Amino acid sequence: MSSSRSFAARLMALLVVIGLVGCGAQTATEAPANAPASGAGAKTYSDMVLCYPQLGAESDWRTANTASIKETAATLGIKQLVFSDAQQKQENQISAVRACIQQGVDVIALPPVVEDGWDAVLTEAKNAGIPVIIVDRSVSADKSLYSTHIGSNMTLEGERAAAEFNKMMPDGGVILELSGTTGSGAAVGRAKGLRNKLNSNITILDSQTGNFTRAEAVPVMQALLKKYTPGKDFQGLFIHNDDMGIGAIEVLKAAGVKPGDLKIVSVDGTRGGFQAMVDGWFQADVECNPLLGPQVFELALKLMNGQPVDAEVLTDETVYYPENAAELLPTRKY
Amino acid sequence: MNKRISFSRIRESRLFWVLTAWAVILGFNALFVPEFFRIGIQDGHLYGNLIDVLNNGAPLMLVAIGMTLVIATGGVDLSVGAVMAISAAMGAVLINPAPGDKLVSNEILTRNATNTPLVIIVIATLAAGTLCGLWNGLLVSRAKIQPLVATLILMVAGRGIAQLISNGQIITIYYTPYFWFGNGYILGLPVSIYIVTAVAILAWVGVRKTPIGLFIEAVGLNPKATHYSGISAKNIQLLAYTFSGFCSALAGLILSSYVHSADGNNNGLNYELDAILAVVMGGTMLSGGRFSLLASVLGAIVIWTFTLSMYALGVPANALLAGRAVLVLLVILLYSDRRLIKRRSKSTPTAVQSQDEKPGLPHP
Repeated sequence: MSSSRSFAARLMALLVVIGLVGCGAQTATEAPANAPASGAGAKTYSDMVLCYPQLGAESDWRTANTASIKETAATLGIKQLVFSDAQQKQENQISAVRACIQQGVDVIALPPVVEDGWDAVLTEAKNAGIPVIIVDRSVSADKSLYSTHIGSNMTLEGERAAAEFNKMMPDGGVILELSGTTGSGAAVGRAKGLRNKLNSNITILDSQTGNFTRAEAVPVMQALLKKYTPGKDFQGLFIHNDDMGIGAIEVLKAAGVKPGDLKIVSVDGTRGGFQAMVDGWFQADVECNPLLGPQVFELALKLMNGQPVDAEVLTDETVYYPENAAELLPTRKY
Repeated sequence: MNKRISFSRIRESRLFWVLTAWAVILGFNALFVPEFFRIGIQDGHLYGNLIDVLNNGAPLMLVAIGMTLVIATGGVDLSVGAVMAISAAMGAVLINPAPGDKLVSNEILTRNATNTPLVIIVIATLAAGTLCGLWNGLLVSRAKIQPLVATLILMVAGRGIAQLISNGQIITIYYTPYFWFGNGYILGLPVSIYIVTAVAILAWVGVRKTPIGLFIEAVGLNPKATHYSGISAKNIQLLAYTFSGFCSALAGLILSSYVHSADGNNNGLNYELDAILAVVMGGTMLSGGRFSLLASVLGAIVIWTFTLSMYALGVPANALLAGRAVLVLLVILLYSDRRLIKRRSKSTPTAVQSQDEKPGLPHP
């Protein structure tokens, strides 16, 4: 008894240390996105059987993505939507795709959970003559194995943000960057895009990661504010997603900064971001849209009819401004 | 000789090492980040890094208070982070139910209003967490499951429960009165720190002004002897876990109010480890027995002072974890040094009569 208890105690101590060293595990809430599409009406939506093996429900973004697919399917009145949830496991997704192949669906739209390991199942789909649309994240498999990829261009999002700063700070200035999870595609792309297009008279004073989460963005922003004086040391702030932006606003408020004192540009276009624009905090919100439904079905229809499609389709995205934020807020779906 | 005795007295105090660790971090800041100590007044409340330490650290201090009592009984509560997520989700859902997988295209979700009165939200939130604690307590005290395993169940399941409550969504809260707990100020100090003080006083009175504290230590030191002396170890354990659940619920409430959202995956992530760390830094042995609530709270403050100092220095969040590991290692090594001294002092009759002879193995 005694030895077992002290063993438990030791195990706990070990667990604490391992946990502290090892829990760098990131939890990114962020994902890429797309936009509402032009209503593509055509003859054969009522014949379409589309398979959508969703990878899971890890974020708001994903939930909105799922809802968009389901709602679009209902609106267009397609024959059948074969939807499944893989709970972030590739093996589940692969078996879901296989089931769809056996069922003989018309089109498979696959949002892959990881990049690698799709060659075998994509070859099976190809042999069965079923076109595959890769949605959102990309795959490393050979391009001949799937018809097209639809997703957001993170670099473009960063470039759009840079354009906003160039517009707002024609005489130059200094900005801070609150970036996403280190090494994630979204954070790398947005940071790169910003640096690509930012005018040379605007400098990036400092860049720290808030890991795409609010809880981490808050202390990071607090520390940044104590290091640099808003308005004096920096006039602008680029935030990689709205969640971190909302956290940062709270910190700015506590520091006595008023809406409009800083030029803030964020990415996502969520309800929270729109609210922040209505309140005057964000000067622009670069969209990263999960509502891929309309575009996916439009592509699927083209593929069914044997029409050519682009190998790489960008989601419809734009930049939103405070002027019409109040008006658009009630229509935001994520 | 007298001098040596008083020095070792000081070194044996639970507060000594945790205060030393704090002093070292603050000293470091004084040299390299002097602006860390700047405190100003902003909109009628105090504003500065040290205030942030108190406000950001409040949830961890609360969790550490509950964890101290659990660890003192010889157990551990791994579910605190998950319980925080549950209570946060509870609060958020009562303010505004999540729409599940439907796309809601109206402003209902972003309005500054609530579906439930604030009082009921607070009660429900705390009740949810307290129930979780009660569940842990029953598993440990009645079902006799090892604490590590018993609370592991809720640690894993809790995040799932939180997701169920919040319909798998991250719920953003727009109801401003709710933000008071995490962002409000009373007399220039954050509200959260008053909450921590109240809970700490409540716990302190509970354990030091009644026999409960002694019972808790007795259960941690030697459950069998405790049983023979007529104390119900079961009920003491039940009480400790339930109280820990209550503290976690309060921490979840403050945290969700602070970040304006309930996120089943991320609210209170890794808090169980930070809380255990705070308790260990406060000198309470993981094997149970004597404890100090104040030292654990200080442990939590040390963790957050360290975190914010690193942010102020510009150390990225990822590297910070490694730095924290070093901090832990140092503090733990200091303690093991203390134990060695004690063992030596036992063999030399001239040394202090330590009031606390139990360190290593609590059992006969």
